[in-house]
Amino acid sequence: MIDSLFDLVLCALIIFVAFAAVSGRDLFTAIVFFIVYGLMVAIAWLRLEAIDVALAEAAIGAGLTGVLLLGAYGRFKNIDAARMGSWVPLPVLIVIALAATGLSAAVGVVLIALDPNGLGLIPAVNANIAQSGVFNPVTAVLLNFRAYDTLLESIVLVVALVGVWTLADNSAWGQRVGKTQSVRANGVLQSFGRTLPPIGLMIGIYFVWAGSSQPGGAFQGGTILAAVGLLSAMAGLFPPPRVNDARLRLSVIAGPILFLAVAIAGTAWGGMFVLPADLAYGLILAIEIVLALSIAITLMLLVLGPPEMTETPQ
Amino acid sequence: MMTWASGWLIYGLTGATLIGLGLFGFASHTNLLRRILAFNVVGSGIFLVFGATGFRVPELGADAVPQALIITGIVVALSATALAVSLITRHASLSGSATLPDDDREDR
Amino acid sequence: MPSSLALTAIIGAPLLGFFMTIVWSRAAAVVASLTSMVVLVAAVFLAVSVSAHGAVLTSLGGWDAPLGIELAADGLSVMFMIVSGAIVLVVGAYAQHEFVHPGTETRSGFAFWPLMLVLLAALNGIFVSRDFFNLYVCFELLTLSAVAMVTLNGKTESITAALRYLLFALLGSILYLLGAVLLYAQFGSLDMGVIGQSVSSSGAEILAAGLMTAGLALKTALFPFHGWLPPAHSGAPPPASAMLSSLVPKASYFITIRLWFDVMPELAGNPLTLALGGLGGAAILYGSLQAIVQTRLKMVVAYSTVAQLGYLFIVFPLAGGDSAAQPWSAGAWTGGMLHALSHALAKSAMFLCAGLFIISARTDDLEALRGIAQTMPMTAFAFTLAAISLLGLPPSGGFIAKYLMLTSAFASGGWIWAFLILAGGLLAALYLYRPVRIMLSLPKQPGQPFKPISRWWQVAPLVLALGAVFLGIGSNEPYALLQIGRPVAAETGL
Repeated sequence: MIDSLFDLVLCALIIFVAFAAVSGRDLFTAIVFFIVYGLMVAIAWLRLEAIDVALAEAAIGAGLTGVLLLGAYGRFKNIDAARMGSWVPLPVLIVIALAATGLSAAVGVVLIALDPNGLGLIPAVNANIAQSGVFNPVTAVLLNFRAYDTLLESIVLVVALVGVWTLADNSAWGQRVGKTQSVRANGVLQSFGRTLPPIGLMIGIYFVWAGSSQPGGAFQGGTILAAVGLLSAMAGLFPPPRVNDARLRLSVIAGPILFLAVAIAGTAWGGMFVLPADLAYGLILAIEIVLALSIAITLMLLVLGPPEMTETPQ
Repeated sequence: MMTWASGWLIYGLTGATLIGLGLFGFASHTNLLRRILAFNVVGSGIFLVFGATGFRVPELGADAVPQALIITGIVVALSATALAVSLITRHASLSGSATLPDDDREDR
Repeated sequence: MPSSLALTAIIGAPLLGFFMTIVWSRAAAVVASLTSMVVLVAAVFLAVSVSAHGAVLTSLGGWDAPLGIELAADGLSVMFMIVSGAIVLVVGAYAQHEFVHPGTETRSGFAFWPLMLVLLAALNGIFVSRDFFNLYVCFELLTLSAVAMVTLNGKTESITAALRYLLFALLGSILYLLGAVLLYAQFGSLDMGVIGQSVSSSGAEILAAGLMTAGLALKTALFPFHGWLPPAHSGAPPPASAMLSSLVPKASYFITIRLWFDVMPELAGNPLTLALGGLGGAAILYGSLQAIVQTRLKMVVAYSTVAQLGYLFIVFPLAGGDSAAQPWSAGAWTGGMLHALSHALAKSAMFLCAGLFIISARTDDLEALRGIAQTMPMTAFAFTLAAISLLGLPPSGGFIAKYLMLTSAFASGGWIWAFLILAGGLLAALYLYRPVRIMLSLPKQPGQPFKPISRWWQVAPLVLALGAVFLGIGSNEPYALLQIGRPVAAETGL
């Protein structure tokens, strides 16, 4: 009883915060509510015993998405209030509200009518996990049973990066990515940037390594590593890389390319993506580690944005 | 027998609500950043529905397949959001507007 | 075994090419050509294998559905892969002149090649996937690469067009994803085969199918969701437009066909087929009328895409509704598929022609192209050939397609659909006659206002236009191939 009361309160809060994020008066408030919303949804995932998803939601859904939105908000400062946008006209608004409510209701009705004992693929996963090479069922699905999805997903990230870079000025091509950062020496950011990275680095590496048996994995670990890299870059510990740096590009695709290579090698063992049971653990761990590094760098570059720096001659 | 207090159903219905709320925001704002924010609310609502339906029999734990696909979906949504946010900032710096031309009534 | 290897190559090769063009951008054009050749060879190999032994099926990782993801190539997917591979190969050859710059790397010279190859990988992935969630990931891959291509020229209008495109495409993706999630909740599977065997008309299935259809229609730019298409397709650089307009909307249409004909034909009733057919008809009329009033060649060609995509949805009422369980519905299905393929070839040819005209005349204002056929007879000829196929005149692929659709409309007494098909042909004659007449007319002032263009460059659109015509002359092979693995519902009706 107490349990479901907690769930009810949490869900009510999630809906309230989502409402504030969607309809908040000004953009900044909306973004802040969105980040809070992401963190509360992560708690919901813990309640649904989906710890891997909770980690991904907190790190990517709330964290990185929030950073992206806040970064864009910062660029909106020069826009007239009149051109910041508003709501669509009232009659349209009413139609949209009705359609959205209808869809929510329809999904709700469908959910209530579902077989309450539906097991999904739990039995199939349990029956085959012994051959997957790992103990964490989520990792088994991501890197073995449905590895093809995960390969394509890691490529989606790279495509997004190419798309973001395509938005650079022609003249900025070959420059360092992102906007010039100015950091006050010995300021808060710089001291944070010095102390946090080692801790973050350890946590990130732990998550990648733990993914085979416990919650964690390449995407969650990679996100934490990306945060470490971003913080260090913002603190001025290293200059952002150049967009045409060959090593940078190689590090972005190293993970997906290793993944693809292992997938193709599988044809020697019986078909694409086949991992022989005795080698599976080693191959999955190798893919996870390299993939996590590539993901970390790609995510960092996605947040930094296209090259914009105008080089000042020294 | 299913009751209204079934844990998964509470979260499933919350997800359904979030989907509608997000779609409303996506279609009713003209500010592009707010539309992308709302798009992410729809996405997490769908994931919540997905995850909740994978937790219908708590004794067996959460179905791993929806969990894995949700993680994939979160990463894909982030990729789309990153491209969209870059497009929006580029569009804003070129046109001085946070909305698309036809949607901005002040523009005409 | 070799045929599943070909299935691997058809997705693996362009992904490998994608990686190589990112790190080795100096050789990108060569890598792209080699990659699309490998894809084309693998697709032809699959075609031979499919016609000899039937559809090819493989379980990735050795995990059968529902736990794993299955890929399958039947006649339909093989035909789409051959046409896509051919178009990308020709467009890649054409684009060497536009996106290869000697010396230091440039922004668009870097970005075009990986985007083109990952687009091809995503298309092929969609044509062979049997898994609804995997399709979602493929669609996102397709959408992000297509949207990025629209921004290649960096103009403000193109950025705006790309943003509008992305918003529509994301809405489409998310509706589709919700549908896929509901299917998993109901069936515990995302596999088309598993789901197709247990369809029971429950609320979950009806809502899921509706959401997926709506999402796919958004991505296919079906009227009234077409608003994003003309600015995006006319704002992209011509080689990108050629792929965007000919192939990208076909991918979402392809899955709409799979969904209704292969997976849940039981659920398709009159309301669905009439609604899709009605919107298709509206698209034909509206797109054609818009194309008639445009003053820029690329906008004419882009609005023509809106109209031509409309035909694809008339297949639904022709193959379903009152005409169900009639032998001619297979003709409607085959006609629709042939139309999708011949439109792809003709439309990519037209955009490449427009690109060459723009380079020669520095604009695509129709009036400024007066007499350009004298300078570029080969390109004007290619444009005319492509126009013949779009109009549905013999002996082109467009003719066979429209002939099949028309006979099935007459046979089933679908007079409205027959009228729409014929009216669309007449309107297309109007909007295509004008540019052709302008090109062929005498220049206003004597002298050469047009920059000459290398012959070799002009071969590219001609090859594609000839392909569209050949699809009609040599239609026996494609026709036979399309029948392999053809869904039962194509014959018995929806």
